[in-house]
Amino acid sequence: MTSVATIDTDLSTETLIALLTSMLRIRMFEERIVALYPEQEMKCPVHLCIGQEAIASGVCANLEVKDYVFSNHRGHGHAIAKGADFRPLMAEFYGKKTGCSAGKGGSMHIIDLPRGVFGTSAIVGGGIPMGVGAALASSLKRDGRVTIIFFGDGASEEGVFYESFNFAALKKLPVVFVCENNLYATNSPQTARHSTCRIADSAAVFGSHGACIDGNDAVSVYWSAKKAVEKARAGQGPSLIEALTYRWKGHVGPEADHEKGLRPKDELFEWIKRCPIEGFKKQLLDTGLLNEERIADITTSIKVEIDDAIEFAKMSQYPSPEDLLKNVYFTPDGGI
Amino acid sequence: MPWTKIYGNKADFEKAGGAGAGLRGLTYREALHEAASQLLESDQNVFVMGEGVDDGGGVFGSTLNLHKRFGSDRVMDTPLAENALTGIAIGAAASGMRPILVHMRIDFMPLTMDQIINHAAKWSYMFGGAVSVPLTIRSIIGRGWGSAAQHSQSLQSLFANIPGLKVVMPSTPYDAKGLLRASVYDGNPVMFIEHRWLYEHMGHVPIEPYTVPIGKSITRRNGKDVTIAAVSQMVFEAMQAAELLAADGIDCEVIDLRTIRPLDSDAVIESVTKTGALIVADTGWASCGIGAELAARLVERAHGALKAPLKRINFADCPTPASPALEKAYYPDRHTIAAAVRETFELKRSNG
Repeated sequence: MTSVATIDTDLSTETLIALLTSMLRIRMFEERIVALYPEQEMKCPVHLCIGQEAIASGVCANLEVKDYVFSNHRGHGHAIAKGADFRPLMAEFYGKKTGCSAGKGGSMHIIDLPRGVFGTSAIVGGGIPMGVGAALASSLKRDGRVTIIFFGDGASEEGVFYESFNFAALKKLPVVFVCENNLYATNSPQTARHSTCRIADSAAVFGSHGACIDGNDAVSVYWSAKKAVEKARAGQGPSLIEALTYRWKGHVGPEADHEKGLRPKDELFEWIKRCPIEGFKKQLLDTGLLNEERIADITTSIKVEIDDAIEFAKMSQYPSPEDLLKNVYFTPDGGI
Repeated sequence: MPWTKIYGNKADFEKAGGAGAGLRGLTYREALHEAASQLLESDQNVFVMGEGVDDGGGVFGSTLNLHKRFGSDRVMDTPLAENALTGIAIGAAASGMRPILVHMRIDFMPLTMDQIINHAAKWSYMFGGAVSVPLTIRSIIGRGWGSAAQHSQSLQSLFANIPGLKVVMPSTPYDAKGLLRASVYDGNPVMFIEHRWLYEHMGHVPIEPYTVPIGKSITRRNGKDVTIAAVSQMVFEAMQAAELLAADGIDCEVIDLRTIRPLDSDAVIESVTKTGALIVADTGWASCGIGAELAARLVERAHGALKAPLKRINFADCPTPASPALEKAYYPDRHTIAAAVRETFELKRSNG
């Protein structure tokens, strides 16, 4: 496994810059949550993906707007990489009516239907069959969509993962399973949970393509996902990508696990050296594809967007008590 | 209306006049089959999936040979993976399809609870009403012939506890056809619960497609002395009990609840306000069940209406046994209901 990203000359400058921008959008968005969380105005649990950005960005760079993404409790990055606006996301975290889920979901339940972000389940593995169902609908309707299902190494232990993968392989559905293996389920290491640490090998049992890749290398993720997405769109069935990575923050909340004695500090620092953004950025600078000024422009523009989203979220109204019983059952007009 | 009548079999149907005068008789299984067939024919978004929907049994005949007509993409046999298949149906529904997922036994549905309770029931609310999940899940309650503890449960109350789900239990061929169509077009996850002993029941069923409203009960028999609120196969037992009791001069009102959630308690309360007595006949267990819910609502809203204690008719409070001797003690029937009504009627009379 490479310790830093390798710039691939087959990729256009435009795509490389888009990958960097996408990762920065996720990183800066989540770092702002870390900064603001102690204010206790965001009154919901937050599951941060700092350190894992290359996976969401590398995968979603291969998608069209119409394609679907199903995600989990650690879903901010997936939604952002798929193009979700900051405003409704941030407003949702603040529990406001203008949030993407009208204040009913919180950080664990975000959605952006126009961009294909189809909702996130906070039951480990729970979103996997729904993603396969969306792919079944695409197959029946022949609408040309591909569905991406993001899940963690913990979800790979759930029976529903195998049940779902079998069905997707059986019906050759247009779906890509992306396992973000950050080596821990809450505080439990993978070695304490898996008889073999080879999640990607599961695909072979179902006659499908599986690949274990460096999840901190955006370019590696990009190419792996490109192959899987193309296979899916061509009607050749599902693939399983296991992307190895590391979560810098705790399972939930803005602190790092070593601050609570839950993991070795050195382990985190080793993975910080393999930051998906810093190494990639350095190579873009070294090769002259980007300069410091251009990067400053990108980060300034993201900062402005985040500032705007925070202001929007803080200024927005809370839902009213009359909203409590709305949406229990779907009605086209959103009423009770 | 002719289709509100209940006939336990073809012979009774014929004896009562049967078909004719523009009326047609269908069994419960045929009504389900016709409903599915018409839905598949008219709407490309409808598809049927489940273990064995295309086999020689065709889910007790209710899906028989539909795959030959509509193709195995739209009438789809599935792996034995109940939880994933439920999630797959939910995902397909959320993406614009109208799946009908079939479980041969309701006993298999505990395998699907994560997807039904945590996902199907929540997907509209959790995302502020952004997503509709038009999913119909058919399941079948068994009874008798030593089916024992894992092939004869009646789990409707588990689902009725959950906001976001609807639960229907048709008792007649007419309602089976109309409620299936209503469920498919409701826009929400509907648990459509059938009873195996109803499959040979016969009734008048219009040939054209129609819907029966979800959430509305129907009064099967008008009476002044005692109200019997019943569901599914117990509606038939209640009607039989009412006939037995009529011979004794006890006049029962029988309400077929048809839907468990939302529960049409208004109709029951109105009836009890008239009769002063209520028996609730359910196909399942008593604790936290339909009878408990109806009793609570009655006490909340019309606590003075009862002139005798309410009675609940349910399974015995244990898993289903296999031996016929124990089954006899386990399952209530028309005689159980009749005995309860007589007792209630006497108490009501002695209370003045």
